This record gives sequence, structure tokens and C-alpha cells, in this order.
Amino acid sequence: MNWIDIGHIEEVPLRGARVLKTPVGCIAVFRTGEAEIFAASNSCPHKQGPLSEGIVHGQSVTCPLHNWVFDLNTGEAQGSDDGRIDVYPVRLEHGRILIDGDAIGQRSAA
Amino acid sequence: MKQKLVVIGAGMASGRVLEHLTDAAPDAFDITLFNAEPRGNYNRIMLSPVLSGEKTYEDIVTHDDSWYAERGITCRFGEKVLKIDRDLKVVEGENGHVAYDKLLFGTGSTPFIIPLPGHDLEGVIAYRDLEDTHRMMGMGPDNKVVVIGGGLLGLEAAAGMAAHGVDVTVVHIMGHLMERQLDEAAGYLLKKSLEDKGIKIRLLANSKQILGEDGKVRALLLDDGTELPCDLLVMAVGIRPATALAQETGLAVGRGIHVDDQMVTSDADVLAVGECVEHQGEVFGLVAPLYDQAKVVAATLLGDEAAFQQKTLSTKLKVTGCDLFSAGDFAEAEGREDIVFRDPARGVYKRLVIEEDKLIGAVMYGDTADGSWFFGLIKDETCIEEMRDTLIFGPAYQGGDAADPLSAVAALPPEAEICGCNGVCKSDIVEVIQGGAGDLGAVRATTKASASCGTCTGLVEQLLQVTLGDDFQMPTAQPICGCTELTHEDVRRLIKSKPLKSQEAVWQELGWTSRNGCHVCRPAINYYLLSDWPLEYQDDPQSRFVNERKHANIQKDGTFSVVPRMWGGITNPAELRAIADAADKYDVPTVKVTGGQRIDLLGVKGEDLPAIWADLNRAGLVSGHAYSKGLRTVKTCVGTDHCRFGTQDSTGLGIKLEKILWGSWTPHKLKLAVSGCPRNCAEATCKDIGVVCVDSGYQISIGGAAGMDVKETELLCQVPTEDEAIEVVMAVTQAYREGGKYLDRLYKWLNKVGMDWVKAQVVEDLENRVALVARFELSQSIYRKDPWAEHAQEKARDYAPLADLTLEAAE
Repeated sequence: MNWIDIGHIEEVPLRGARVLKTPVGCIAVFRTGEAEIFAASNSCPHKQGPLSEGIVHGQSVTCPLHNWVFDLNTGEAQGSDDGRIDVYPVRLEHGRILIDGDAIGQRSAA
Repeated sequence: MKQKLVVIGAGMASGRVLEHLTDAAPDAFDITLFNAEPRGNYNRIMLSPVLSGEKTYEDIVTHDDSWYAERGITCRFGEKVLKIDRDLKVVEGENGHVAYDKLLFGTGSTPFIIPLPGHDLEGVIAYRDLEDTHRMMGMGPDNKVVVIGGGLLGLEAAAGMAAHGVDVTVVHIMGHLMERQLDEAAGYLLKKSLEDKGIKIRLLANSKQILGEDGKVRALLLDDGTELPCDLLVMAVGIRPATALAQETGLAVGRGIHVDDQMVTSDADVLAVGECVEHQGEVFGLVAPLYDQAKVVAATLLGDEAAFQQKTLSTKLKVTGCDLFSAGDFAEAEGREDIVFRDPARGVYKRLVIEEDKLIGAVMYGDTADGSWFFGLIKDETCIEEMRDTLIFGPAYQGGDAADPLSAVAALPPEAEICGCNGVCKSDIVEVIQGGAGDLGAVRATTKASASCGTCTGLVEQLLQVTLGDDFQMPTAQPICGCTELTHEDVRRLIKSKPLKSQEAVWQELGWTSRNGCHVCRPAINYYLLSDWPLEYQDDPQSRFVNERKHANIQKDGTFSVVPRMWGGITNPAELRAIADAADKYDVPTVKVTGGQRIDLLGVKGEDLPAIWADLNRAGLVSGHAYSKGLRTVKTCVGTDHCRFGTQDSTGLGIKLEKILWGSWTPHKLKLAVSGCPRNCAEATCKDIGVVCVDSGYQISIGGAAGMDVKETELLCQVPTEDEAIEVVMAVTQAYREGGKYLDRLYKWLNKVGMDWVKAQVVEDLENRVALVARFELSQSIYRKDPWAEHAQEKARDYAPLADLTLEAAE
């Protein structure tokens, strides 16, 4: 994989999210715990609500527009709602957040 | 011929190397041991029991003089190494040279001292060696000590001194204690146990300066202006590998001295061991890996094959009465699942982290008996697929019970107040139930509990169930959400009576089944906590809906609307110009006059919010809170200023009320209006609180609405003066704040508690009215401020993207 450094974990609020602009569109970077990070599409499949503005709980996020809940591990909508958001590989290294560049259409820096 | 080995540093790691070496091959090396401390090797991790008085220094000495003598080790204690010449292979100490064939660095680590102003004052120490320990042991019941750092070492230092009766305050920069080893829930329980030991703990506290007097420490100043007086200040914020000597010697050094799997540095004749090394990017602070390294060093020196491998670690805190355990990786990365178990009655919390049918992390508090079993599963990477459902109950599981939803009530102490209106505590209620009161009506009749506002009804019923068991049939009540069995009313009451002052306290003590709630319960809990504990609890923006977190209303296309406040609906040309300029500058597509007598800028981009706020702030405009479950507007008519029918200064009263109430959070939105005469041009009688001016004074009515339900207000009272009208409005607002269910408008709350109850609280009982006003004012001392100014200045970063990878792609 082609890991790209996108920032420090402290730049994302705990139980919150920040937006990452990428060639494949806006991605929401979620911080679900002191050192727990997920990345997923920022756009809810229902009415395109910005998921980075939603309430982050456990390892899920609730869309701010109509309360669809997505599991950040799988991207699947929970409960009776039917839909899925793309999720992207991310990892932490000494507090730095790295995202898989190949998955977001980013060619290697080299 | 004997080889010459020089060891620098007589610590636990190098001590273990010497043991292995002299046991395996007593005659292989001629050993010289340098140590800057004037003593040999002692068990540094047992300093905490020495501090607390459970052990003495003699108990923790690992190697005494005779041990070194028997093994023929030349000790040069209290002597610093000045220089190393790797070409000549000579170590230069303060008292002369020694030649070596092999050299071992065991220089350990140095405590990190935060370079705060005043860090060099007398009485500012680290917690690292016996000297520091003695300084702390010199403190007694008359002394105050501040410890900076809520990690393992800082807490052991604090607990050790508290055991001697010292007044100790721990200052920690993070949101929970031991954040590297514990999650929030276990951190909360740990904080509670330490507070029970009399230790004061301040979380999210930033140290600003150490204050001194005559060169000696006097107090620690926090950046919020708090001064914490102290006779001794202990910094326990972490350690750094001691690499200065290695660096001067020209060895490869990163965070620590680089070593390979054989513990050899960049020089084949120089090895390193312990806290001073860096192996595959990691540095080490716990003792287990250091002992593993020591074994490898001894083998390498003797020419045997060995390789150091990093392993999963577990942590236990050496504080009597704080039973905690953490192992493995309990955070980070996707594809992981949690199993959470809480027993509020026993103060137990357990969390297991599972990935691909393997246990990879465990955090436990209160009951750590199964710790080593879980640690074994982690280390051995055992497949837990088969036992997954019962895993959390440990190896002895025989078919245990599910968590008891009643346990939170059962765990309440007898003196906990159940009914706030009538001051009835748990023991009063249990007594009458045992005396024959078998249902809610009987309890009400005999104790008055739940007989006034009724919000504690659920708890009284649970007490009936706990006391009578199956003889009592619980009515079914709607729990808040899937995370709990409790209703809003139960939770509100329990937050007050337990008392619970943090989210973690609520999750744990009330047995929440999720890690940190969900989008339904968390905003409610956040509101209840900030409303009941305005000073102790800090509002959590991450527990709020987007509008309240971003202080603007989100629109269907993801843009926001911005509504500046216009006090009482009054504005002026300068404000209007600033609004017009902002609309131009930020390409605002729609400018609309709202129903609340102000102007709405619709379609502002999220990233532009801090900038547009800063511009509006410069013209004196502040947030209109058009997005909040809190005070929205106070609508007014022109009153006696201009109107020929006006009886009082309705505009002036509206502005006064708005300036008093703005910024306050309420269970749902709160709209007010003041009309200058009964013609009611400000439509006061369909607001949550409406004031209609008459010749003889002010009619205050409450419980109106003009939304999905349209309601006319009901008269609360008429008062003769403006001051009294303001007081009544504040008091009724506070009563609603304290008792309302989250997302109930005022009229819904009024339906539940009844107008008679509100009149009794706010109109008839003047003492109570004054108390309500005082509590409202206390809360407003925190919340009566402009969030826009704060966000524009301090949080602007969070409104911008974390990074923009599209720019790089274009290049």
C-alpha cells in the first residue's frame, strides 16, 4: 500500500471528525477513541448529508440530516435503513494518521 | 585471556545482564561498573511501596556491596563517565581511564521536565530515584503537593504521599487518567477510587507557570488562572532515553540508542540495554521487555545466538485498593469489535477488544482476577470464536446472569435523595415499603415521594421492585434508547442523587450497554450534566447535534445559515452594513428576515463560518443561537417608546431579558416575547414564555407554542414591577432547565408537572424563587458568552479540511 500522512490524531476532535479532500471526493476522518481512527465517505447515500458533521458513538456515526447510522468498520447502514458508504484503510503511526493513497486514487509521491 | 567489559549505568536492566553473565561464565569478563548515582542496583519499580511506607530502601536493594565483591566487579559509583574513545576503546571517568573490549550502555532514561517558567525553582522535582522518593517522604499532613502527570508514575507518587496524609493534587492534561493504558471508562473508575483516598484530580488542566517565593516553589498556575498552592511540585510526565553520552560518542541515536535484535549498537563492540535503547522504532519503559533484553545481551556477549523480540505487555498499577489491569491493544484500527461489561453496584468495568476471532486487548477495573487468563489469550493468539458469547465472564463461566437493569438503583446509598421536591431519600421509601406500602400510591401517600412534579416516579417504582421482588409488577416505561433500560426521568434523578458529574460516570454507574452512548442518549446526557453541574461538568461539543456544535444551522445542501443576534429585535445602520458586507464578501445566496425579528444569512459554506463570524463580531454582532436548544429570541413590540397604546417599555424589558437569558441551554428551544399591551403585537401568548404588559404591571404566562402543536400560554402570575417580572422569568426558566426531559418543549414539561406545581415553586415560595434565580445565574456565569467569538479565535482550524490531497494530485 501507499500510505500518505494526512495529519496528527490530535487535529481530529475526540468522538468527532474532520474532512479530507481527495481526488475521489470528500472523505470523513473519524476519531472514535483516544487512538482510534476510521475513514469513510463523507456523503450519506440517503440525501448526501455530510457524515463528518454527525455524532460519533462507539465505532459508528449518525448522519446529521436524518439519523442514518453507519458502522465505520464495514460502512453498512444499521437498523432498517439500507445503504453503504465506502470505507478506506487508515492507520496510526506515532500519532500520525496515514491513509492508503491507492484507495483514494492518489499516485505515489515518488 | 579475560576480556574487559565496561558497563555504564547500574540499573535494573544492566543489573540483570551482570547476573546472567556472572552466573553463566564467572571468569569470562573483567567487569567495571560505572554509576552516576552513589549506589548500586536497586529495584526502581518498588520505589512506590517505599514512598507509601510499605517497604524500606533496604528491602528493595537488588545488589549490595558484597554481591559485587563476590563477583569481582569493580564498582565506580558516584562517578560520571566524561568521554568514550571508540578508536582507542577507552572510557574516561571522572577519576581516570578504563580500557574495554566490550562496552555496554545501560544509561537508562531521564525524567522529562516541562520547561515551564519556574521549573528550576527549589522544590520542583521529578520522580525517578531514591533522592526524589526521600523528598516526597519528607512531606506530611501539613504539606500540600502538586503532581503534574496522571500516568502510572504520577499516580503512584500521589497515592504514596496521600497515604502519609499529604494534601495531594494531580494535574493531568488529558481527559482521563493513564490514557495510554486505560480507556475512558476505566480511567473514570480509577479517578473515583483515587478521589476516595483524598487525592484531588484535575483533568484537562494545562500548567502555565510555576510560581515561587525566595527561589522556592509556592504554587502551580494553570492557564485558566487557578493557583494550586504547594510546598513540593513533582513532575511525572514521562521519561526520555538518556542518549547524550551515546550521541557524543558517535553512535547511531534516534529517540534512543539504536540496537539490532542482538542488542548491538552501530558499533559492533558496543551494546546497549534498557530504557536508553530504541529497537525497531520503539523505546521501553516497563520492566518485562528490559529483562528480555538483558538475557539477549548476556548471550551476545558470550557469543551465543539470541534475538530480542517485542511482545505484548500488560500493566498493573501499584496502588493499594485500585484494582486495574490493561493488556494489549485496546484502541486503534478498524475491523475490531468491543465486548463491554459493567456492574455499577460493584464498580466493575471490563472491556475486551476482538479482531478476527482473536482477543487483542483487555481493560479491566474493579475485578481483575481474570487478567492473566485474558493476557494468555492475547499472547497465544487463541481463537476465541467458540467462547465468544461468554468470553467476558472469564474462565470460570458457568452460565452467568445478564446485567441487572435495577442494579443502579439497588446500588444507591440509603441517604441518596430520590424525590427532590419533597426531600425524600431512598431509606425513607424503602422503610415504608417494608412497612407495608405495596404500590406507588401508598408510597406517595406516606412519604410524598413522586407526589409533586412526578419525575422520580420511575425510581420509586424500581425501589418497589428491588424491595418487594416479584410481588411488584413494574409498569413498562420507555427507556431513553437501546443503550439503557432507564427512562429520561430516572437518569435525570440519578444524576442528581448519586451524584454523577461526568459522562463516564453515567455510563458506568447506570450500566450503559454501549461504549459511549449513541446519537439519541448522548446529547440528552450532555444536557443533563451541564444543567445540573454547570461548574463541574464541561459541555462536550461532540455530544451535540451538528447545529449546536457548529453554532449554525445546517441546510439540506450541507451549507449553513448564520443569524446574528438583534437584542429585542432592535438594530442600527452599522449592524445592517456589517451584515450586508458579510453577505457580499461570502457570496451569501439568500438573505431572509426571520420570524424572530432578525436577519438570516443562508447558504454560508462551513469553511467560511469562522471568518464571517469574526467579521460580524467586529461590528459588535454576536451569535443569535438560532440553532440551539436554548434561548432563541425575545420578540418585542415598540411599547411606550412609540406606540400610543403601549403601557410599559416592552422593548426595553425584552432587551433586558434577552441579555440575561442568552447563551443558556434548555431541554428544547426557548422563545420569549414581550408585548406592550393586551393587543399583543409581539404574539407573546404563543411563546414558551410570554409577557404581556398592562397598566398595573406584567402578566407572565407560559407553555405556548406555534409549531407542530399550536398552544396558547397559561397565566402563571401577574407582578407589579419589571424587576419581579425578570425574576419570575429566570426562575421558571431554571425550573424547566432542571426538570425538563431533553427535547420536551416547555409546554410538555408543564403538562407533566402541572401549573399548580410551577406556581408553588416560582410564585408562592419566594425563597425557592430566589434559589432558582441564583442557580440560573451560576450557570450563566459559564454560558453567557458568544460562542462565535470563541470559535473564530480558538477553533477555526476545525472548520477547515484536515488536508487537501486534490491539490497535490493536480501538480
